[in-house]
Amino acid sequence: MVTDHKQIGEALLQVNNVSLSFGAVQALSDVSFEVREHEILAIIGPNGAGKSSMLNVINGFYTANEGSIVYKGISRAKMEPADVARNGVSRTFQNIALFRGMTTLDNIMTGRNTKMHRNFIWQAIYIGPARNEELEHRRKAEEIIDFLEIQAIRKTPVGRLPYGLQKRVELGRALAAEPELLLLDEPMAGMNTEEKEDMCRFILDVNEEFGTTIALIEHDMGVVMDISDRVVVLDYGRKIADGSPDEVRGNQSVIDAYLGVSRE
Amino acid sequence: MDFLYSVTADPVLQIVEDPVFFLQIILEGLMAGVMYSLVALGFCLIYKASGVFNFAQGVMMVLAVMCMVTVYDAGFGILLALLVAMVFMVGLSFAIERVVLRPMVNQPQIILFMATIGLAFFLEGFGEFIFGGSSQKIVPTEALHIGRDALLIPMFGSEIRLQQLDLTAGVCAALLVATLALFFQKTTVGRALRAVADDHQAALSVGIPLRSMWVIVWSVAGLVALVTGIMWGASSSVDFSLVLIAMKAFPVLILGGFTSVPGVIVGGLIIGVGEKVAELYWGDALGGSIEEWFAYVLALVFLMFRPQGLFGEKIIERV
Ligand SMILES: Nc1ncnc2c1ncn2[C@@H]1O[C@H](COP(=O)(O)OP(=O)(O)OP(=O)(O)O)[C@@H](O)[C@H]1O
Ligand SMILES: [Mg+2]
Repeated sequence: MVTDHKQIGEALLQVNNVSLSFGAVQALSDVSFEVREHEILAIIGPNGAGKSSMLNVINGFYTANEGSIVYKGISRAKMEPADVARNGVSRTFQNIALFRGMTTLDNIMTGRNTKMHRNFIWQAIYIGPARNEELEHRRKAEEIIDFLEIQAIRKTPVGRLPYGLQKRVELGRALAAEPELLLLDEPMAGMNTEEKEDMCRFILDVNEEFGTTIALIEHDMGVVMDISDRVVVLDYGRKIADGSPDEVRGNQSVIDAYLGVSRE
Repeated sequence: MDFLYSVTADPVLQIVEDPVFFLQIILEGLMAGVMYSLVALGFCLIYKASGVFNFAQGVMMVLAVMCMVTVYDAGFGILLALLVAMVFMVGLSFAIERVVLRPMVNQPQIILFMATIGLAFFLEGFGEFIFGGSSQKIVPTEALHIGRDALLIPMFGSEIRLQQLDLTAGVCAALLVATLALFFQKTTVGRALRAVADDHQAALSVGIPLRSMWVIVWSVAGLVALVTGIMWGASSSVDFSLVLIAMKAFPVLILGGFTSVPGVIVGGLIIGVGEKVAELYWGDALGGSIEEWFAYVLALVFLMFRPQGLFGEKIIERV
């Protein structure tokens, strides 16, 4: 369901001819695509296609062997993950990576890290302006908790939460940074139908209400066709298709890749 | 039969006969335990935040107190001496991050551990070079207002002796731990440090700069090392043989769990009390000098039955 009132703009992020290898494994070969402002882009492909690697290159965990990433018009070959985060890119992980010892609220507060300005000394002694700032962040965190309907688990250590809720808290932590670009690595993996529906709704709401640009990896084709504006398909590290959900669905090489037809 | 008597009934009888003496032993044990906890605390902080077992912690302790004493002996005031030592430890943390940790990031833990062994040897040589290795140094206890007398507390017609130095160490340790707890629980930096300890990648993804965090946590461990060094130094003298005291931290860490601050405190106290009590009441029966090996044997037993320690996270093998 592509919303028609949404203004999809220019490219926010461009991936230019990116290649990445781990020893003999070629995880990405000469991949190029763009993520446009305010859109939901799905990256799909069989297991091991290089989808997670692609996100890791975008947020700076991996450095491409060749090619470049252009974000908001600025090109870079290498950037530190923390700096990428400071520039407005948030993400979640395929295998949940929460701060397990902390409560839901503290996880989401930590997500606001890039918005915290007072210097370390002020923060460490926690007085005056730093304290006011903390309260402001607290208010924002509570807004996100309300938005994701997780008030009941605010004070629960996240390690004790069921899987589906952990995924939701992880989304909350990513949202806390008020990102311009949100990267979601399989946000619905391992969820039941009801949880998936909730998650879809949150993703669409984030996109529509906050105008956040979203690039997500997903295996569930039904979900992909439902929520994405555009789809990029990877197979064995190469891009094999790029277009609207309908175009991609009818694409012969995509069908072959998913049916496991051997490639020449 | 004799032996059985001397390891079972006899100690109990002795305790019942002179409970005040027993209390005295417990207190002395607790005080010694606090000192062990302090040493182990430095290891624990660094291990939590960077997953590095810092073999150089003992040397850092000696360097910190040497720096303080050297500045004081050169005729500067005690406050300035403390300040210089603190700055020295923070500077050292910056250097270690830049030279040792940064190039080794993403290496397996064992490599980082080896690197800290190298660091320990380097720092010892470096310390002897700048602070002079030969001349023994004495902690200026008077300037630091650490009393050297014993307090006598009357109790049930008898009395209990407490060393002022031990008391000071106890109070310092309590203050230090309370401050650290506040810092970790209530401040933004503390929360960021906990985040780094929980999950490096996730911490990076929310924009926490790992490098600054490492510098901060090594600095904090450096300050803990300074306090520890002063306390240990005050009870003997300051030279590099103090490094060996850090060995006592290993059983404490195994007992308490490498990642748990409360665990380290409790672990230190248990070992402190345990070895004193064992020595005094079981010493004769078991051939004496139990104090030498008690901690290590206790640690071994823990490794067999509860390898994660008292408070450590449960180690779950992934299949
Ligand atoms: N850190 C790494 N070290 C070595 N090889 C890696 C690393 N990360 C990914 N790879 C390899 O790169 C290839 C692509 O992996 P990637 O995780 O990107 O696939 P994916 O499309 O996300 O798959 P999945 O759907 O299973 O999550 C795989 O062959 C994988 O084994
Ligand atoms: Mg993946």
